[in-house]
Amino acid sequence: MSGRSGAITDEEINELVSKLQSLLPESRRRRSAGRVSASKLLKETCSYIKGLHREVEDLSDRLSDLMATMDSNSPQAEIIRSLLRP
Amino acid sequence: MESKSFTTGNRDNPNTDLHGSKNMMASHFLRALFRIQQTSTSSSSFAGRSRRIRRAAYASMAYSAGARRAWSRALLRKLRSRARLRFPRRLSRTARPQRRDMDQAQVLRKLVPGGPSMDYCKLLEETADYIRCLTTQVRLMQTVMDSISSYAHHPMIP
Repeated sequence: MSGRSGAITDEEINELVSKLQSLLPESRRRRSAGRVSASKLLKETCSYIKGLHREVEDLSDRLSDLMATMDSNSPQAEIIRSLLRP
Repeated sequence: MESKSFTTGNRDNPNTDLHGSKNMMASHFLRALFRIQQTSTSSSSFAGRSRRIRRAAYASMAYSAGARRAWSRALLRKLRSRARLRFPRRLSRTARPQRRDMDQAQVLRKLVPGGPSMDYCKLLEETADYIRCLTTQVRLMQTVMDSISSYAHHPMIP
């Protein structure tokens, strides 16, 4: 996309920015009618990613908790095994 | 037990090319989970196991995107170097006012693997893909959580 020699056009940037905007959660999108400033969008993107990182960490903790109660013969282990089957 | 398949989750996302990599992500993550569970002893620390799971999550993401993406290549490098997996979440409190989108881009670069070496355009592209992958991974973990814990609450009594 930006492989051509020469400057990256504003249009390309805008396209990427609105693509990003479409990935942000609905609630954030609705607050801003029409176009947002790139700066605001990037800020929202940053906090969205931080939130996702936190979720991964939180879910890791909770999975760790659950797995503490499992042993290789427990039904929970069987669930994981079954999720692996096609 | 309601099992919402995480692979069919986001219907308004026309990215069907993600489907194959979603399966790869799932099988990789589940295998890792199983390994962790097998090698986890009663004396394993909760924190250690949690760290391993978290690491497995990012590994699954990276492997599903493979060498196709700059962020996944950077993440794979990070994982292979066995460096401590860390994504800065605390903003440094500088006095500099964050006015222009270039400043926010700097913040974003620290959050996306490989960010520091990307130009603005590349950063936006990679961020979009990284977000898609992250949300898929989160949904996957949630699905596994739901499956295991719903079983724990409604065990089958022989």
